[in-house]
Amino acid sequence: MKVRRILALVLSAALAVTALTACTSAKDEASQKSADKQTTTLSYDTVKIGVIHIGNPADGSGYTYAHDQGIVGMQKELGLKDDQIVRKNNVSDSDPAATETAIRECIEEGCNIIFGTSWGYMDKMESLAEEYPDVYFCHGTGYKNNGKNLNNYFGRIYQARYLTGIVAGMKTESNLIGYVSAMGSENSECTGGIDAFAMGVYSVNPDAKVYVKVTNSWYSPTEETNAAKALLSEGCDVIAQHCDTPNPQLEAESAGKWGVGYNTDMSKDAPKATLTSTLWNWSAYYTYQVKQIVDGNWKCENYYGGMADGLVDIAPLNMDICTEDMQKAVDEAKAKIEDGSFNVFDGVIETNDGKTVGEEGKTLDDATITGGINWYFKNVEVK
Amino acid sequence: MTRLISFLAHAVYMGTPLLFGTVGEIQNEKAGHLNLGVEGTMAMGACAGFMVAYKTGSLWLSILAAFLMGALVSLIYAFLTITMMANQNVTGLTLTIFGTGLSNFIGEQMISASPTGNLKLPDGVMSSLKNIDIPLLSKIPVLGEVLFSQNIFTYLSIVIAVIMFIYLKKTKVGLNLRTIGENPAVADAVGISVVKYKYINVLIGGGICGIGGAFCSMVINGGVWMANSVNGLGWIAVALVIFAVWNPARAIYGAYIFGAFMVLKYYFPKNLGFTVPESFFDMLPYLVTALVLIITSVKKSRERSQPQSCGINYFREER
Repeated sequence: MKVRRILALVLSAALAVTALTACTSAKDEASQKSADKQTTTLSYDTVKIGVIHIGNPADGSGYTYAHDQGIVGMQKELGLKDDQIVRKNNVSDSDPAATETAIRECIEEGCNIIFGTSWGYMDKMESLAEEYPDVYFCHGTGYKNNGKNLNNYFGRIYQARYLTGIVAGMKTESNLIGYVSAMGSENSECTGGIDAFAMGVYSVNPDAKVYVKVTNSWYSPTEETNAAKALLSEGCDVIAQHCDTPNPQLEAESAGKWGVGYNTDMSKDAPKATLTSTLWNWSAYYTYQVKQIVDGNWKCENYYGGMADGLVDIAPLNMDICTEDMQKAVDEAKAKIEDGSFNVFDGVIETNDGKTVGEEGKTLDDATITGGINWYFKNVEVK
Repeated sequence: MTRLISFLAHAVYMGTPLLFGTVGEIQNEKAGHLNLGVEGTMAMGACAGFMVAYKTGSLWLSILAAFLMGALVSLIYAFLTITMMANQNVTGLTLTIFGTGLSNFIGEQMISASPTGNLKLPDGVMSSLKNIDIPLLSKIPVLGEVLFSQNIFTYLSIVIAVIMFIYLKKTKVGLNLRTIGENPAVADAVGISVVKYKYINVLIGGGICGIGGAFCSMVINGGVWMANSVNGLGWIAVALVIFAVWNPARAIYGAYIFGAFMVLKYYFPKNLGFTVPESFFDMLPYLVTALVLIITSVKKSRERSQPQSCGINYFREER
């Protein structure tokens, strides 16, 4: 026994020593690399892009898939080679250590631009942007910008949500529409989306109510199913969602009801239930951003594109379960959004606790929309 | 009232994968093996069950495949811990990471090979997963709707739990197994083949966990493949073993209580004048486990504690 213990001790000591030396040499290499970078300018042949995904692009649906389709689109548009894109998949955004490791790995592999696609990467990206001033950090869905090499990108998804609200409002028979939301009222992205959707519902069906259930997670197949199941049991017959998996749609399908998908066209997964989906076309942004950086036009501005930029859209209506009237109503509202005569959060808006928000003749400003919507529209009930 | 009934029915639904995981883990621990690989075993069962259903369209073949895959993954664990005497905790944790990763990997490969870019189970399988009303029993008010109008997996899990209870408490082989869990040296001395018992029970336990995984990928995910479908339920099952005090019959209601905790936040009334944070509900199952741990350790009942040699490998020469 004794010999074995001594052997184990010696072996683990040897392991520790090699690990330490490996670390230091990797560090030297990294600093060497970043020193090289300052002297070279970026070009489309050499630029290397790191993408931090919260899920897996191979999911075939949902948030990460939508982002990765955007990256693929950008790669095609700009003619980049496969080895110029480094993907880190399944990086939990509630795990700062995993986030940091993923980003550092990207940088060690020589990435010049890092795209972090999920909310929770924000703080780590901010601190690493300080440490690596030569690398461009672009963070999706958050709000931080350091004025040097960290900006923020997102889009006016609420415009598309308003349109899907019209479809849901016209479809519902029980006048109860369910909405599975990832986060509660403290999150302006979710809350603003629910409000826009509910306003779309109200514009065509003032009697309908929107019931909201919060999963408290951006990606959780189980929670999303459970929330949808509970909404259906309360009599909702259209299930809309702000979460990453098509599970709410599938739950609606197996109950013989309908739904409104998110991120990608979820009628692929639930053809009998999904009326339409709220879509992201991320390649519009990724192409724009990489081009701006490589062409030397980086200004460290936040990006907030909308329907007119082609960043957000509504999926083609599923005509097996939708009507021509819905198509007409959507087209009319879409035209008004695109020409700028209607901005969803216009004028005085009544909230569900009897107060009002906004002023006559004005639209909420972008800072309020991204960070300050913590109220629900009057037909919304959190259940 | 209808809200309460749908809450309870939902709790039973959510308790189903937990019950499989818990019963499987109880069997492992009764054999003296603390298997922390439940999550990974379930993930592999989820993968095998789903893929077989996807390819063959047969529910029974897919349940069998999930069981066999669970047993196969457990064979790795069994070989490493029983034959090679590797540390049980480390082996179990490794198995969790390995199983989850491999399951996602196979899913990815299958998706990229699929012409539609996603994997959806055939309609035949989906209709056999619908809730089945048991004649007469489902007519009982409240209880009928809660317990006897569920899907095939729920019934199967109850049957397995009852069989395991009878096996452990009422049969001679079950007694032999419990002896091994408490004191393998004694069992060895009276001529029970410790290694054989351990292998068989760790494998069957793993197989049961595997079926629980199939529930996650096929029922919870509505018949479309998704990565990480088990999503932590395996860990809750490990905690549930303590709650059920190593008794498969108690595991039945334990699983439903935990299932209730998991869905409580969607049914808890919001008009009471105060709000309970979502995170509090997410915390509940673990909080209760901690409380049960404290209570059982204070009471120190022999019957209701972990098998004594659980977690310790049995090495004949060290006897």
